[in-house]
Amino acid sequence: MSAERTVTDFVRALRSADVNVSTAETLDAVRAVRLVGYDDRGLLKTSLRSVLAKSERENESYDRLFELFFSRKKSERENEAGSSDDKSEADDTSEAGAPPADFMELAQSGNETEIEMAMEQAGNAVGLQDIRFSTQVSYFAQKMLKEMGVEKMESELLKRLQEHTPDGDEAADEMINARKQMTMRAIEYAKRQFDVFGAGATQQFREEYLAEKRINEMDRSDMERMKPLVEKLAKRLASKHSRRKRKKNRGQLDIRRTLRANAGRDGVPFDVHWRQTKKDRPKLVLICDVSNSVARYVRFLLLFLYCLKDVVPDIYTYAFSARLKDVGKHLDTSLDGFEDAMQKIMTEAGWGSTDYGQAFSDLKVDHWSQIDRRTTIIVLGDARSNNGDPRLDLFEEAVSRAKRIVWLNPEGRALWGTGDSEMLRYQPHCSTVTHLATLKQLERAIDDVLMHYS
Amino acid sequence: MNNSSDLIAEHYSALSSPEAVTSGLASVGYISNDDISTAVFLAVQLRKPVLIEGPAGVGKTDLAQSLSRYLDVPLERLQCYEGLDESKSLYEWKYGKQLLYTQILKDRLNEVVGEAGSVSDLTDRLSSFEDLFFSHQFLEPRPLLRAMEQPAGSVLLIDEIDKSDEEFEAFLLEVLSDYQVTVPELGTIRANVPPVVILTSNNVRDLGDALKRRCLHLFIGFPDAQREREIVKARVEGISEDLLTQLVAFVQNIREQDLRKRPSISETVDWARTLMLLHADSLNEDLVRRTLNVILKYESDIDSVSNSIGSMARKAASASEGKRLPSGYPSFT
Repeated sequence: MSAERTVTDFVRALRSADVNVSTAETLDAVRAVRLVGYDDRGLLKTSLRSVLAKSERENESYDRLFELFFSRKKSERENEAGSSDDKSEADDTSEAGAPPADFMELAQSGNETEIEMAMEQAGNAVGLQDIRFSTQVSYFAQKMLKEMGVEKMESELLKRLQEHTPDGDEAADEMINARKQMTMRAIEYAKRQFDVFGAGATQQFREEYLAEKRINEMDRSDMERMKPLVEKLAKRLASKHSRRKRKKNRGQLDIRRTLRANAGRDGVPFDVHWRQTKKDRPKLVLICDVSNSVARYVRFLLLFLYCLKDVVPDIYTYAFSARLKDVGKHLDTSLDGFEDAMQKIMTEAGWGSTDYGQAFSDLKVDHWSQIDRRTTIIVLGDARSNNGDPRLDLFEEAVSRAKRIVWLNPEGRALWGTGDSEMLRYQPHCSTVTHLATLKQLERAIDDVLMHYS
Repeated sequence: MNNSSDLIAEHYSALSSPEAVTSGLASVGYISNDDISTAVFLAVQLRKPVLIEGPAGVGKTDLAQSLSRYLDVPLERLQCYEGLDESKSLYEWKYGKQLLYTQILKDRLNEVVGEAGSVSDLTDRLSSFEDLFFSHQFLEPRPLLRAMEQPAGSVLLIDEIDKSDEEFEAFLLEVLSDYQVTVPELGTIRANVPPVVILTSNNVRDLGDALKRRCLHLFIGFPDAQREREIVKARVEGISEDLLTQLVAFVQNIREQDLRKRPSISETVDWARTLMLLHADSLNEDLVRRTLNVILKYESDIDSVSNSIGSMARKAASASEGKRLPSGYPSFT
């Protein structure tokens, strides 16, 4: 009875922390618990981990939650094992309906386990597992106190205070003290429950919020939090695009392979092989404007693509402001070195006034050979070229050489073509032009780029 | 359910508790840890496959081999690759043999069908031959089928499952959840004693949820110093305590550097063997520099640590000195 309850509660906590646990796995967990028991905590932990957490990331969440959850369960279990076996059994079945023990008696008993159990019971009754935000802690604590019968005690307290007798005052003081203590315990309990059930959900909420937040409105603390999020999104894309799909060309016999496969059967073609064409591997040429207005976005684009390195090994990164530089070499480092790499890129290319035309002619002179029919060119910039010649002729030539050309513009559509923006003149030559303001949009744009290779 | 778990309990009785798994594996030279032993124990008790993930060379494949050695049951190994399909993994008809037999039978065909009166009579006779040709005799069992057919159980190792196609992964689901395979011409073949199934993955691609759900998950990471020492000791005979301590300290240290590929246990073992061949009994900078390519496989990695080799070697050397001599004793290079 209680083994199932404990396991299902724990599974709820895991789910809230973004660990997907199916019903079948929950059943396995119950079987595992029956097998190993609760006595050996280390064994329990490793057993449940192998049943419930199915990736490295999930292992981390699991380890954190296991400690939180089972430190809470421990006192309860000890109690069950002790004298009050029947009582806890009764509690389990009648749950919310059970009349709470007298508030004062409980507070003054000093019996840790009993108080803890009363808290748990009250918590279940008021739905504390649904807690999602830390701001809800005191709200839930108040509800729990009510559930435990604090109101009855308060009316008693008022009565005593009105008596104006020394006896009455003393009793009132005691009650006030008890109330204070119990409130603290309730808040503490609700906080712990929040750690177990709510913290993961808050994290999820924050991530969704960040992914939709405009990149140019982010402050420093947001930027720090973005890094793991970018990694997560990139990983998702990576697993989506990691399989190289092969297309079968039915109708064209692969004679060489067919003969080889049927050599053991006297050349009688039992087993027919068709020609296959392998899909192109993505090859990306990035042309990043690193002038002040756009630098921030470049950071995210590079970080994002950096995380996709396993799926897209062929990335050529060029950065420009006044002149175009090949900055790919800086990015050949570990993730920890990314900030340094960014710094180096900025010092190498981030000077002078932006000149798109110059960038394209630099590209033509030094790196034109990188652009072939499996290349997607990604231009990240606002197309504000300080009234220089946009060199549309070169741009057009690049378009005809490459597979696709994708322009990511951090400025909103309304601003394209205003002032020195050449966006509207580049636009007709691009395969797609996307407004890039949030991480979500970046993810979608890259997804789209990779989609054209599958 | 109960029946089969009794059967398992009987056949793999050597794995009745995590401690038994640990000592059993140790007896064949595989140094386990709590995570590994518990996962193997649960796999047998719950009748589930184990999916092992982790960096290359930390003993994923070796676990399956050691298990089969310890249980004294055959090891069926299926190496996955792109394009692996049923005929390579499950069964294949022996076309050649079938062809040969038909050729031989051809000469005697008259004897067999000679007296057949009517066409339907003839068809009956011929159809009895068809059954003959599609019988077990002409079946070439591949690893999955072989594992199901072992009378005393087996260890089935499905290596690098992440390299196979998604279709193959889906096909595996039947095998892994019911321990049975279907050969259309013969029907369903069920394992008498379910094999202990171990899948390994190097995370080339993310595996499907359906597969993960059916498996127990075990992550084997780089070992801590204590376990690594035991492993090297078990694998490399006659290595001196000093060298062992220094070597492990050095490798543990180098794993914390910023490397493209961090050395695994297999590299540590290789390095220990190399040093033994060179008759080294302790580490020094020069020796490390000359043999570093055994543990670091990228030129860029070797370059990036080359500056700190001296200090790392000194630190490693002092790891063993510290045991015998008071700290602060000048270490040699």
